[in-house]
Amino acid sequence: MGVKLLLEKASVPGIRSYDVYRREGGYAAVEKALKEMSIEAIVEEVKKSGLRGRGGAGFPAGMKWSFIAKPEGVPRHLVCNADESEPGTFKDRYLMEFLPHLLIEGLIISSFALGSNDTYIYIRGEYAWVATILEEAILEATKNGWLGKNILGTGFDCMIHVHRGAGAYICGEETALIESLEGKRGNPRIKPPFPAIQGLWMRPTVVNNVETLAAIVPIIKMGGEEYAKIGVGRSTGTKLISACGNINKPGVYEIDMTISVEDFIYSDEYCGGIANGKKLKACIPGGSSVPILPANLLLKTAKGETRYMNYESLSDGGFATGSMMGSGGFIVLDEDQCIVKNTLTLARFYRHESCGQCSPCREGTGWMEKILQKIESGKGEMSDIDLLWDIQRKIEGNTICPLGDAAAWPVAAAIRHFRDEFEWHINHKELAQTSNFGLQHYADPIHVPA
Amino acid sequence: MSLQFNKEQMTELNRLVAHYPEGKQKSALLPVLHLAQDSFGGWLPTEAMDYVASLLSIEPIEVYEVATFYSMYHLKPMGKFIFEVCQTGPCMISGSENIIAYIQTQLGIQPGETTKDGLFSLKLVECLGACGYAPMMQVGKIYKEHLTKDKVDAIIAEYRLQAKA
Repeated sequence: MGVKLLLEKASVPGIRSYDVYRREGGYAAVEKALKEMSIEAIVEEVKKSGLRGRGGAGFPAGMKWSFIAKPEGVPRHLVCNADESEPGTFKDRYLMEFLPHLLIEGLIISSFALGSNDTYIYIRGEYAWVATILEEAILEATKNGWLGKNILGTGFDCMIHVHRGAGAYICGEETALIESLEGKRGNPRIKPPFPAIQGLWMRPTVVNNVETLAAIVPIIKMGGEEYAKIGVGRSTGTKLISACGNINKPGVYEIDMTISVEDFIYSDEYCGGIANGKKLKACIPGGSSVPILPANLLLKTAKGETRYMNYESLSDGGFATGSMMGSGGFIVLDEDQCIVKNTLTLARFYRHESCGQCSPCREGTGWMEKILQKIESGKGEMSDIDLLWDIQRKIEGNTICPLGDAAAWPVAAAIRHFRDEFEWHINHKELAQTSNFGLQHYADPIHVPA
Repeated sequence: MSLQFNKEQMTELNRLVAHYPEGKQKSALLPVLHLAQDSFGGWLPTEAMDYVASLLSIEPIEVYEVATFYSMYHLKPMGKFIFEVCQTGPCMISGSENIIAYIQTQLGIQPGETTKDGLFSLKLVECLGACGYAPMMQVGKIYKEHLTKDKVDAIIAEYRLQAKA
């Protein structure tokens, strides 16, 4: 069994309620941080921990905190990003649903460190019942003196507000989230100014992912240095992975980032192997926007070394032969899955979710969906593959926010690694309507030059 | 104006607006639109949007541009129960297509349509964050997960019964 810092208590009966959570040692980190530590010391521990943003970008959390501007007389805000919408990702939902007080505890400490008296949880609108769980937990925490005025006699006031979104993937982007929180369309802002200078209501704002904020609790409890000892290199601490697709045991797992991808997929402690006795074909290891990898490049790097479930190893080889840790949405595809069709559903997703501000994304995502639909329905031409490649290349890097990149990468990676499957679709138009390209050579051992 | 929140809904409105600082009441727009949709028959006619604008002291256009942006707001009347079935990658590779086809047959409607009795609407949606419990659909505020044909039958029967009650 690996180290568990976040989900350690997840299976304790009744842990969702305040009384059980408190009895199990809950809110001790708040007591320690508010009573025994200075703001500078808290930020320092987070920096020492090496904690990287768990939403997908992996930016060092302590550094992000240190950017917040502190102009005299202007309120500052912490916003918790609970707009979990990246296909394949459902870890924050699990954390909030089963351990709401862990998030609240992390939020109180983080609000104290950032000087946020009004902290917002922006939760995706569809997670309506989770919003209710959070509101009940906030009420319990308030009744027990952990929120409200003059918390623990420190003079620090803090309230947490739950704000429900209404269905828009783009609101997971921090400036779009801020716009949405101001009651507007979720159109990302041009940066600079960054939210740390002018964010919510043009006030200094930090936006952190749910898992990032929950991780503050173990960091305060054990100290940044001890936290950094878990994991490997710059992948410190533990990471929640939401595993789905064609595996025996889909679910949310906490890993310490030293486990190999192969062990994660095949061991009974985690995914339990490929479902129905099938073979592994491909995997999108970090949420739908990161590059898909064929089985051989997933389990081993291009150099023939074991690939591990951490930031560095998953991205080993760059986009040519690697992928990304992303949000931890781990999507496994078995030998029966069609790469063209899978890519089509993702292209449709990004077309649907483009906010429409930037032409390359608004138009390009629509074109990619149409061309993929054409190939999938047996009307493709060979030149369509190069056209797809050309379009994705013209979206990437040419938009205000990273949604453009997120839409381009899955298409690029599918063509990069599975071009022969696209060609097969075009050369076997009728056959492709009733059967699949299958596994072919994707699971063959990688040839490593001597 | 005929559309108006009742006393209970007004209390909820005030609770929602109180989350934001003085003068920033526009921030409550998304939550208030949810309240309006829930209160006024499951969709947002122009009259409801204008009413929300007046309550928050903002221009109607500020409400329209938001209501048309977010996928959870319905701009036309919907069935009493809306089956919002996920069709994105992780659900697709877990068999959502068969489920969608089965629901179409059982209800006798295509995606985007409502049954003649006004009970059910079918809508195909993009990822709802339940990928590990696929295939899945959302009905109102509830997620129905690990869908099978038998489960779909049971769900339809459950809502038919609920409508009669």
